[in-house]
Amino acid sequence: MADIDVKIAQWKLVEVGRVVLIRRGPFIGKLAVIVEIVDHKRVLVDGPSTEENKIVPRHVLPLAHATLTHFVIPKLPRAAGTGPVKKLWEQNEIDGKWAKTGFAQKTESTHRRKNLTDFERFKVLRLRKQARFEVQKAHAKIRAAAPKA
Amino acid sequence: MSETKQFGKGQRVVPAQKAQKWYPVDDESQPRKVRKAIRPAKVRESLQPGTILILLAGRFRGKRVVLLKHLDQGVLLVTGPFKINGVPLRRVNARYVIATSTRIDISGVDSSVVEKVSASGYFTKEKKAEKKTEEAFFQQGEKPEKKKVASARASDQKAVDQSILAAVKKENFLGSYLASTFSLRNGDKPHEMKW
Repeated sequence: MADIDVKIAQWKLVEVGRVVLIRRGPFIGKLAVIVEIVDHKRVLVDGPSTEENKIVPRHVLPLAHATLTHFVIPKLPRAAGTGPVKKLWEQNEIDGKWAKTGFAQKTESTHRRKNLTDFERFKVLRLRKQARFEVQKAHAKIRAAAPKA
Repeated sequence: MSETKQFGKGQRVVPAQKAQKWYPVDDESQPRKVRKAIRPAKVRESLQPGTILILLAGRFRGKRVVLLKHLDQGVLLVTGPFKINGVPLRRVNARYVIATSTRIDISGVDSSVVEKVSASGYFTKEKKAEKKTEEAFFQQGEKPEKKKVASARASDQKAVDQSILAAVKKENFLGSYLASTFSLRNGDKPHEMKW
């Protein structure tokens, strides 16, 4: 018999302390943490961010409106109030960790691109063109230096 | 009104306008009374002098130009500047224009020249002294005379554009931005874009 490595599956579970991204409704695009599981479809969430525009008030959220993230606040007591949740949120640096994820960075850049003015769009066009030109120049140099096959 | 006329030995008073022999068959229609007052046009908040506009209609559609002044009834006075994008001092309808959020400092523009340009009659065409004769029409080989730009117009253009060009030079990419034209690309949603 060959050796078989048995690993624990890395499931993202619906659990108390799981950070979720809200995908629908008034708090779309914001982060919250599961505080209590109401039933198999709904959870109680709370998002006490330090930034005013990222706060999600404590409310019951259908799981269909949420996406589970990789982040869990460990040892979050069941049904903890907003105060303790906020303390643990800051201790675990959820906002900082989230900002580093690819998803957050991509959303941020699309948001910024969408809010560019006409002149800024033009500048982006020009600067991208300049950067492309430099890359092509470097490539041409390498190609010219390479021995011919 | 009447006058006295000599008829033989006697004089008679003759009315200047004879009474009509017939009544008109149809009643003359009375023009309707207009109950609307002409109000001065209200210009959009975004259309401040110095704003860069995108023209949407006419010969220069798609061009990015500089707004100089508001004229009567929602008409705007704009300039290219001519040297950058070929748009002369021109009047445009405020409705056919997108105002961008980019502004240029136009405080250096000579206000007396702008005043002169915005006076009514500045842009009206001069009437031709000589009419085209039939002979000229049949003379085929000769080329028609080229239109000449009035030198006064050209000097006004230069006077207005001078300080604008200096302001444009101060910012990177602004000159080439004004020189480029605007057009919609695939996937562009103008109602969702920020200007």
